[in-house]
Amino acid sequence: MSLLELSGVEKSFGPVQVLHGVNLSVAAGEVVGLVGDNGAGKSTLMKTITGVYTTDSGRITFDDQDVTGRDPGERRERGIEMIYQDLALAPQQDVANNIFLGREPTKRFLGILPRFVDKAKIDAQAQEMIDRLGVHVPSIQIPVGMLSGGQQQTIAIARALTFKPKLVIMDEPTAALAVREVESVLNLIRQMQEEGIATILISHRLNDVFEACGRIVVLRRGNVIADLKRDETDMAEVVSYIVGAHG
Amino acid sequence: MLKFLERTHVRVESLAVLLALIIVMAFLSPVTGSGVRVFLTANNFFNIILASATFGILAIGATFVISSAGIDLSLGSVLGLASVTGAALVVTLELPWYFAIIGSLMAGAAAGAVNGFIITRGHVPAFIVTLGMLGIARGLALIISSGRGIYGLPEEILFLGQARPFGVPTPVFIMLFVALASHYVLAHTPFGHHTLALGDNENSARATGINIRRQRMMLYTISGLMAGIAGLIFTARVNTGDPTAGLNYELLAITAAIIGGTNLFGGRGSILGTMIGALIMGVLQNGLNLMAVQAYYQQMAIGAVLIAAVWLDQIRTRGRSLQ
Repeated sequence: MSLLELSGVEKSFGPVQVLHGVNLSVAAGEVVGLVGDNGAGKSTLMKTITGVYTTDSGRITFDDQDVTGRDPGERRERGIEMIYQDLALAPQQDVANNIFLGREPTKRFLGILPRFVDKAKIDAQAQEMIDRLGVHVPSIQIPVGMLSGGQQQTIAIARALTFKPKLVIMDEPTAALAVREVESVLNLIRQMQEEGIATILISHRLNDVFEACGRIVVLRRGNVIADLKRDETDMAEVVSYIVGAHG
Repeated sequence: MLKFLERTHVRVESLAVLLALIIVMAFLSPVTGSGVRVFLTANNFFNIILASATFGILAIGATFVISSAGIDLSLGSVLGLASVTGAALVVTLELPWYFAIIGSLMAGAAAGAVNGFIITRGHVPAFIVTLGMLGIARGLALIISSGRGIYGLPEEILFLGQARPFGVPTPVFIMLFVALASHYVLAHTPFGHHTLALGDNENSARATGINIRRQRMMLYTISGLMAGIAGLIFTARVNTGDPTAGLNYELLAITAAIIGGTNLFGGRGSILGTMIGALIMGVLQNGLNLMAVQAYYQQMAIGAVLIAAVWLDQIRTRGRSLQ
């Protein structure tokens, strides 16, 4: 039984139809690469999964439940996380606050004053998460903007993992990174897989896709035109699907 | 101490500026008959914090909106509107004294809510909406009061402005209470965290499910409410609902917030820093007054301080990003 199941998903913006009945399934703990040219509909497709866009027709089920009409917040609570290409971090806030942004644990003084953020708990849990991911960050109390690109990417991943997601969508996580930082992000994806977390990896870097993903889905003009097992294909075949030169 | 300042985002520089300013003003101020510098008398000290209390509370409102990358130019005008609204209810309409409090606070919060509503629903830039409100609120204040001050408030209201329980003017207590509550909200509640994140990177707030519209709506309402409180204090101090109250105070309030360490572009804000900023403005004004510098020059000085503060901040952040 698959974790995520899309059937016949269509989406138009005004007169422009972007998704033409997409079918896609992702199993628990599976790492799927989503590739395709610019404008193929990758981002739109992901946003219909997170709920940022509503679908015109088709069905999305997650964890055996129909989530088609659910809003992004609800889907996030059910375990769908997305890491955006721009990371969506708040650069002047510290590492720990970024990881817990929007879901701060709180407590109350004497039971009367308004709830305040339990900073000690945030710091402790953020440190725990960073340690678990095995990444090095100088301190969780420094502003995120002072970290390197790779470290920031790690913070974004830590934020996605903090609330035990079942599926993480990553949009071009390696595009802006140095070689060694790419390695550590791919390692993280592997680690997540071992913990049973499924990943959809959107990337233009086919090297990374082949390294991390067991399955590669090619999107072209809003259709899934190929769904390939990594071990049964090669880069040349994937590229030919992407550019539309295949069959 | 340094650690505390860093944690509360109070700048060491602004404390240093405050101290330097106090020393300079002490030396430059005239000597009293008994041979003491006027600036250093207890009475003058109360004058400074009393004056700072009004625009200090205004500056707290400015801190909330500016740290969310917004701006509120209507603060001074809304103060005037709140002042006459409260006074008109009690003096003109002869309602019980507490209507001055309710009226001032409601008028302020309502003006702020209107700002927030138009900014969030109409997607009109805050700069334009609050600039428009600057005109609207001032005009409304003049209409309500027929352009004249509304004199003669009841004893209970005057207490809020003129009494000195334990020898300290009431407005100082009010300001301290508002400042502590605001510090708690901005630095320690989820609301405060979301405010700073929103000012830092709107995308991060959106991606983490923060309700941006509600957040902004509340921030502008808080800002208006602060103008309402400041308006009430103003009324009580001078025993008048004054339609020209708070004229140009947005300049003071925004300057106090910025020199206190709030980032003009959002993402960083400190109520304690703003209080220091308000004291700097208070000392500057008071010192210039004692030296008998014309009010026209004072306006220039305050404007120059605002520009210099942002300029220095720009130099500093650019320096940091080059490293």
